[in-house]
Amino acid sequence: MQRLFFLYALLWGFSATAQDCSITFEGKIIDFHDKTPIPGASIVVLNLNRYATSNINGIFKINNLCKGKIILEIQHIACETKQITIDIEKEIHKDIYLEHHLEELNEVILKASTKTEQSNVEQSIKKSVIEEFTDKYLGDALKTISGVSALNTGNSIVKPMIHGLHSSRLLIINNNVRMYDQEWGDEHAPNIDINASDRIDVIKGANTLKYGSDAIGGLILLRPKRYTVKDSLFGSALTSFNSNGLGGSVNSEIIKTYKTGYYTKTQMNYRKFGDFEAPHYNLTNSGVESLNGSVQIGYNSFEKGFDAYYSYVNNEFGILQSSHIGNVNDLVNAINSAQPRVIEDFSYTINVPKQSIMHHLGKIEAYKRFKGFGKLTVQYDFQINRRKEFDLRRGDLKNTPVIDLRLFTTSLQPNLQIDYFNNLKVNAGLLVRYQQNDAVSGTGTSPLIPDFDKYDAGMYAIGNYNLNETTEISTGIRYDFTNINANKEYNVTDWQETYNYDELFPEFESGAIRGTDIPANPRFTYHNISASLGLSKKFNNNIQLLANYGLASRVPNPSELFSEGLHHSAARIETGLLTIGKEIANKFILSLEKNSNDFGFAISPYYNQINSFIQLIPVGITTTIRGAFPVWEYNQIDAQIFGVDIDVNKKISKNFNYSASLSLLQGDNLTDDIPLIHMPAANFSNRLFYINETLNQLKISLSHRTIIQQNRFPDYNFFTYNATIQEEVFVDISSTPPTYSLFGLNTSIVFKVFKGSSLQLEFNIDNVFNVSYREHLNRLRYFSNDLGRNYNLKIKINY
Amino acid sequence: MKITNTIKITKLLAILFISVFTFTACSDDDDDHDHDSEEELITTVKYTLTNGSDVVTLKFSDPDGDGPIEPVYDIVGDLTANSTYTGMIELLNETESLVEDITEEVKEEANEHEFFYTSNVSGLTITKTDTDGNGNPLGVETSLTTVGAGSGTLTIVLKHEPTKPNDGSSISAGGSTDVEITFDVTIN
Repeated sequence: MQRLFFLYALLWGFSATAQDCSITFEGKIIDFHDKTPIPGASIVVLNLNRYATSNINGIFKINNLCKGKIILEIQHIACETKQITIDIEKEIHKDIYLEHHLEELNEVILKASTKTEQSNVEQSIKKSVIEEFTDKYLGDALKTISGVSALNTGNSIVKPMIHGLHSSRLLIINNNVRMYDQEWGDEHAPNIDINASDRIDVIKGANTLKYGSDAIGGLILLRPKRYTVKDSLFGSALTSFNSNGLGGSVNSEIIKTYKTGYYTKTQMNYRKFGDFEAPHYNLTNSGVESLNGSVQIGYNSFEKGFDAYYSYVNNEFGILQSSHIGNVNDLVNAINSAQPRVIEDFSYTINVPKQSIMHHLGKIEAYKRFKGFGKLTVQYDFQINRRKEFDLRRGDLKNTPVIDLRLFTTSLQPNLQIDYFNNLKVNAGLLVRYQQNDAVSGTGTSPLIPDFDKYDAGMYAIGNYNLNETTEISTGIRYDFTNINANKEYNVTDWQETYNYDELFPEFESGAIRGTDIPANPRFTYHNISASLGLSKKFNNNIQLLANYGLASRVPNPSELFSEGLHHSAARIETGLLTIGKEIANKFILSLEKNSNDFGFAISPYYNQINSFIQLIPVGITTTIRGAFPVWEYNQIDAQIFGVDIDVNKKISKNFNYSASLSLLQGDNLTDDIPLIHMPAANFSNRLFYINETLNQLKISLSHRTIIQQNRFPDYNFFTYNATIQEEVFVDISSTPPTYSLFGLNTSIVFKVFKGSSLQLEFNIDNVFNVSYREHLNRLRYFSNDLGRNYNLKIKINY
Repeated sequence: MKITNTIKITKLLAILFISVFTFTACSDDDDDHDHDSEEELITTVKYTLTNGSDVVTLKFSDPDGDGPIEPVYDIVGDLTANSTYTGMIELLNETESLVEDITEEVKEEANEHEFFYTSNVSGLTITKTDTDGNGNPLGVETSLTTVGAGSGTLTIVLKHEPTKPNDGSSISAGGSTDVEITFDVTIN
């Protein structure tokens, strides 16, 4: 391309006819970051249709110019295209600074899209995968990536899991803001509308220090689109209908960009489903209703810019009515019965049990670049998460939530990126964060999580160094300070006898005793060090080797420290302990990748060794007026998780593509020499993809996914006495459901409606063969089968 | 263009910061002790059996609910053979300073509740003598008949949202269990 430009430039030079105009403009193209000249940049004079190329010293000349203004567009292979206007009368020499693409950290990044569809334009593919899941959830979309699974509560509460780890061990970064949405709970799904993002990256290593020191499992980055600097107005409307749940969603977004660099985006999403169905029965009370929206306003130029973003997520999730149970005998009945105990006719009504969650996220980010130095970014953000959980209750409390928690988080993060040095890029930053949890009173129960204040401060520095053309190393270090200050009342017997806190933590006592309770003020301070080391090496044939090591440490979350109460859907009492300390992980990951147009693969083995791994396991049985309950307590053990993810894609012919992936994982509790609880089973998937660009971009794909039965699980089964039938009964809470395979069909076609607009129609079938199955990582697997067949129709209008 | 944008930005910033202040303002923690009393807890189950002047009470109490204190069984009197007793059940929440009678709530929502009684003592039968609004058994009021002498256990179960009507067994009635306790009984 450059050569072509050069040729043009030459031709123009010769063919330019003599005019009165004889001014020569001389420009110099300079790298903004290290002030070195850039040779080989192509320069187009847009208003004259003329071309030039910069020489070895970055200098180019344009002869025979008349008085007046010229508009230059400067392009270079590794830089952002830049447009400038020059008044020839005033200046005939100018230094023009170009920005090199800022290279990403040396991470093992697998883009959500490149593995599901091969060889297309990056962004549109990524968005198209997200749109496939427009009326589903982040965890569902991420499951298309090898090594990522999900922890479900029913089919609408979906928590992503990377290499068997979830909740507080995964960092979810939404538009550069770390999500704090009470993510500690197994049944607390991320409060994210995936429709608001343009691209989702999953980082499987523990070495992305910019966002925190505790990414033991990995990171999920949701990125918005970066808009080009031009005057434009565009948008889309996407509607989806489903036969299963008789519902769907409407998503609409509109974007306005300006040549000046300003842009605005508004996006809204509404979804509504009634009761979903398993192959042979309705899943009573599994409906969903949610309303989400986001607004973004920003200014983007080379030297400075800002971005302001606000998003609102409001979800109401019905939870399978049959999953509300009273005691362990009810659980036994549920496990032993083939069908859920409540099966009613289809309804859109969401009754108890249900969750109602609201999440506000706002941020403002501004940056300024300094010549020959780098880029300074400052970001301020806040989040408010309000979670209400409703259970089956009596009398006046019928409409009162049993859990009502409000979490407020705010943080300020300056970041400095230094790209002055030729082969070295440095990223350094600070973080201050304040978090407040308010157990809202009026629930008529003691709060599951008490009031607390949490203060965080952190600093980090990350360096990327190019050893040579093909080798890059990266290293980073981070320090974090955390202080938690909570107020919780403990039962006197618990405090003094059961847990011996009066001797372990006398400093938390206030001296007072209120009835049978001791008001305590637990305060903890933690210092965390985390570090990373990475290497990337490129070989011939588009082969690349990545190696990563990450040291991560995680402070116990409020649930692990303080939780106390009964979980109805699990028929268990969960207890957090003040004695829980932080956990420390060493994660190694290797990845050998090949990316070319017709064949690609990635083989990524990993090993994660976690000291003082915090787990929740059954420790005994307690008798209450409702009968017997297993008590689950947090404890700490040494653990290891290792496995391999393999992805392959192959272009079979012009129209056919094939892709496959395989994930193998093993988790061990090294302390007790047994398997680790709740580890994803081995699974593999295949996808055959047909595309015909000439026939209205017709796409047809067949997909398949098999989850093998998990045979490595710790046996926490027990016996309990059932007084009604007067015998001991076996409570099989550990055994896992059998292997299952699901098939899917996706088709789509695009029609041009009128200039600049298109209409896309999609027809999809999930679970084509209407297979009855249960997933071992679904917390409601004791109560019902998973979803049956679903026919889906999507209509998308781009304008 | 630039001016309108600047206005927009200023507005947005204003909205952002106002919202922050509003939210932080309403997060003022006025409820300094959030340890709400357990309003729906059943701490005590009392089954009173009366046959003239012969009164037998079976009482179970667990004042701290799910807490660490072990529940207490308090059985006063033995049943007499070949007798018929009128049974009455009482559910109380004794953590409240004013003891709350949960039985009243159960009666108000009789359609959503049912008691179940089972015993392994031969000949001992318990019949529910009251009904809910739909004419299905409720079981707050019962009639207990004994035949010969003996001893064994008596189990009382309260189900919330069971299938009604049902075949009389708590297992097939489903629902979620609010009470499940077993007393030792002796018949002389």
